[in-house]
Amino acid sequence: MTPHVAAVTTPYTVPAALMDTLQVTVLVLVAAGATAVVLTRQPVRQVVMLSAYGLLLAMLFMVFQAPDVTLSELTVGAVVLPILLLLALAKVRRREE
Amino acid sequence: MTPAARRYIFLVAGAGFLAFYLWGLAGLPGFGRYPGPYGTVINGIAVAQTKATGVVSAINFSYRGFDTVGEEFVLFAAATGMSIVLRHLRGERERPALDEAMDRTAPATSEAVRMAALLLAGPTVVIGWYLASHAQTSPSGGFQGGVVLATAFILIYLAGQFLVFERVSPIAITDATEAVGAAGFVCTGLGAVPLGLPYLSNVLPLGTTPGAVDSSGTIALISFFVGVEVAAAFVLIVGELLEQALLVRQEGR
Repeated sequence: MTPHVAAVTTPYTVPAALMDTLQVTVLVLVAAGATAVVLTRQPVRQVVMLSAYGLLLAMLFMVFQAPDVTLSELTVGAVVLPILLLLALAKVRRREE
Repeated sequence: MTPAARRYIFLVAGAGFLAFYLWGLAGLPGFGRYPGPYGTVINGIAVAQTKATGVVSAINFSYRGFDTVGEEFVLFAAATGMSIVLRHLRGERERPALDEAMDRTAPATSEAVRMAALLLAGPTVVIGWYLASHAQTSPSGGFQGGVVLATAFILIYLAGQFLVFERVSPIAITDATEAVGAAGFVCTGLGAVPLGLPYLSNVLPLGTTPGAVDSSGTIALISFFVGVEVAAAFVLIVGELLEQALLVRQEGR
């Protein structure tokens, strides 16, 4: 058993330097996104930011070659979690009125 | 405790944490280097052994299928717990939520939102169905497909109204669907036991072409059941929360 799978070049192979640039860019974007979520203080806006952050995380998993995790993050992080939070906020707001 | 003492404890604890953290970081393998043998072994044998080209699904639903049963029941328990906590209590009456200000009606959903939601609902069902039924061929799987299918129901809610949501997903039917999905997974695993094989053994014909839709035996079947279970669980959770947000419950007398 070889320790590493041999690199295969296909028509879709991305140059390593370009891939590195992509990965670093998305990592920086994720850090910025997480900070933006924390710095947003108004709850409804924060939920929208969180949804956008979910999209960024999905991109992160994509450029790190984990398409299955990308799909999960896309559906749960960017769609379902914000919906649950928005519903909770709607309930709280109704009680406050 | 004085603030000074508190700060002192924080500094000591923080320094200890930092030391252990840096020590741990120093021992990590290099970026992108994978030290373990397991992944390499799986990469070498998975396609030949399971006839599934979606190797992640092969791992999830076959190699570590028993772990996935457990994860499946985490969601199942969450949805069940939610139904129990948010059930109707005796003496609780429901009244439809009216806009609290009497001189104005609730704002109607804009035509743009309704139109976009209607247009997206169909493709969403197709994508969800595709993901749930192609776990064996490409990156996808029952979990992702199930959540996408549940999103279609939420779009229907956005395009119409809560009453429509309740009509297309009555709680009794959603409950039953969720149970069928979870039971389907467990029973597919049990199917191997009468043949004298371990639980969750892949007993169905694997097909001949790796990556064909009818390949991979139980992997595709389990993915389908997971899709059904996850879709129903999320519809149930969102439905319960919508009811909580939109209907007001009062103490009856």
